[in-house]
Amino acid sequence: MNVSREEIIHMANLADLNLSEEEIQKYTKDMEDILAFANEINKVNTDNLDESITANERYNILRKDEVKEFEDKDALLQNAPSQKNGMFHIPKMI
Amino acid sequence: MAKEDYEVVMGLEIHAELSTKTKIFCSCPTDFGGEPNTHCCPVCMAMPGTLPVLNEKVVEYAVKAGIAMNCDIAENSKNDRKNYFYPDLPKSYQISQFDMPLCKNGYIEIETKDGKKKIGITRIHFEEDAGKLNHDEYGGGSFVDLNRAGVPLIEIVSEPDIRGAEEADIYLKKVKSILEYIEVSDCKMQEGSLRADVNVSVRKKGDNKLGTRTEMKNMNSFRAIQNAVAYEVKRQIDILESGGKVEQETLRWDELQGETISMRDKEDAQDYRYFPEPDLALIHISKEYVEEIKRNMPELPESRKNRYISYYNLPEYDANILTSTKYFSNLFEGALEVCNNPKAVSNWIMSDIIGILNEKEINADKIPFTAKDLGELICLIDKGTISTSIAKKVLLEMFDTSEKPNKIIEKNGWVQISDEGAIIEVVNKILAANPQSISDYKAGKDRALGFLIGQAMKETKGKANPGMLNKMFLEELNKQ
Ligand SMILES: [Zn+2]
Repeated sequence: MNVSREEIIHMANLADLNLSEEEIQKYTKDMEDILAFANEINKVNTDNLDESITANERYNILRKDEVKEFEDKDALLQNAPSQKNGMFHIPKMI
Repeated sequence: MAKEDYEVVMGLEIHAELSTKTKIFCSCPTDFGGEPNTHCCPVCMAMPGTLPVLNEKVVEYAVKAGIAMNCDIAENSKNDRKNYFYPDLPKSYQISQFDMPLCKNGYIEIETKDGKKKIGITRIHFEEDAGKLNHDEYGGGSFVDLNRAGVPLIEIVSEPDIRGAEEADIYLKKVKSILEYIEVSDCKMQEGSLRADVNVSVRKKGDNKLGTRTEMKNMNSFRAIQNAVAYEVKRQIDILESGGKVEQETLRWDELQGETISMRDKEDAQDYRYFPEPDLALIHISKEYVEEIKRNMPELPESRKNRYISYYNLPEYDANILTSTKYFSNLFEGALEVCNNPKAVSNWIMSDIIGILNEKEINADKIPFTAKDLGELICLIDKGTISTSIAKKVLLEMFDTSEKPNKIIEKNGWVQISDEGAIIEVVNKILAANPQSISDYKAGKDRALGFLIGQAMKETKGKANPGMLNKMFLEELNKQ
């Protein structure tokens, strides 16, 4: 399976990663290996099998629409690098 | 070529927050407002190790919306992750539905100036809302409030069946009205609980191929959509007329500048890498479940309208306005329970109440009195307790004070004078003061009678029973 340099850069951009030239080379090779490994599964004979959309066959795991307030509000922000007026403080976004 | 040689093609993606008590995947409350990050828990704040559990009401409300918009309800449905980075999205993915939405292939009917028209509904799926970023309130930086993160939404995607801003407006109002009738969303555009992404393209009339479209995200007022579409249509036609090509892109409508602004360049083309959500189970909807919801559906505007025309003999125009929102429709039906006079109740809503709402610039959901109050007011006219002109004053006070009509009438001493002795006294007083009118009447000028009744009404501050005044003036004039 061939993976192009552009595909690796695109994926890195989507993941907000800056890759060095060396890393691009390394991940191109890694990604090709991963795809080759995943391709193994295409060898399995699936004739006469229904298509499945999930590994978990259970369905309709639902909860009632009843309010339960989370009590320990202070804990929610305790790991925020910076906070103000109960909000997470982050670099300016527009 | 002129502007008239082009056809506008539009599709809308409407996001409506569902009016469930709790969020879609956790038990936090969905109430609007509240101090920042107080309607939150480890699940909606995306703390590692937490797991979502789907709210059963979200499924029910989405199925309801699907039925009301004539969709096929999928027997099997699932959730998918839509991946992107933005600080209002704490998991860095939104749990949505991709290739197996809950509802598909529906339509709704709208009334355009050229008659009825069907607008296709491609799909309705459910997903979670994002949080809110605040800017500049406290100086540098941005501030994240996750109270809205995880509030359930449905997204209603239309076919590109909409031709122009006016149809888009009618369509959006119809969708809003349906969602209000079936009580799955309160559709408050100011609070952002109803908003639309608008796709616009133009093509030469007669062309079958769609033009390149642009998308405007998160429009949350009817007026902004009108203005933005008008601007965008002109921009696209100008490009084509000067030999250029419309770029497919996402735009932001700048209401202040009155122009659309490009949001992202193409190199950053959206790639959401959807994949099935492994933390949630599949959704299976049985035929019985759908039937049960159908049985319990509130009556939709279309059906109410037909009933008003056939059963209450109202003109189609009136029936259209009365059913344009559930607030008028419920007011009408609630008032009828107290006062069985459909024509009168309809007239009071159509002229006086809508007039006052327009004048005060308030929406129908903010009418401060009950349907029963309106019914009682109209009954008081029918019974002769108050005159129509007094009733109009009472209605104004009901808008200002929300008090019961009886109480307002009592407080102001507005009960109609129907006592013969009292009326005759007024009649004689007015006659004595207006000898000229008596001679005019004798000379065959019928208008004189109207003048005298008007004077008597003025004298009694509108409280005299007009029927009795008429009768007694005639009797007295004929005696003279
Ligand atoms: Zn929560």
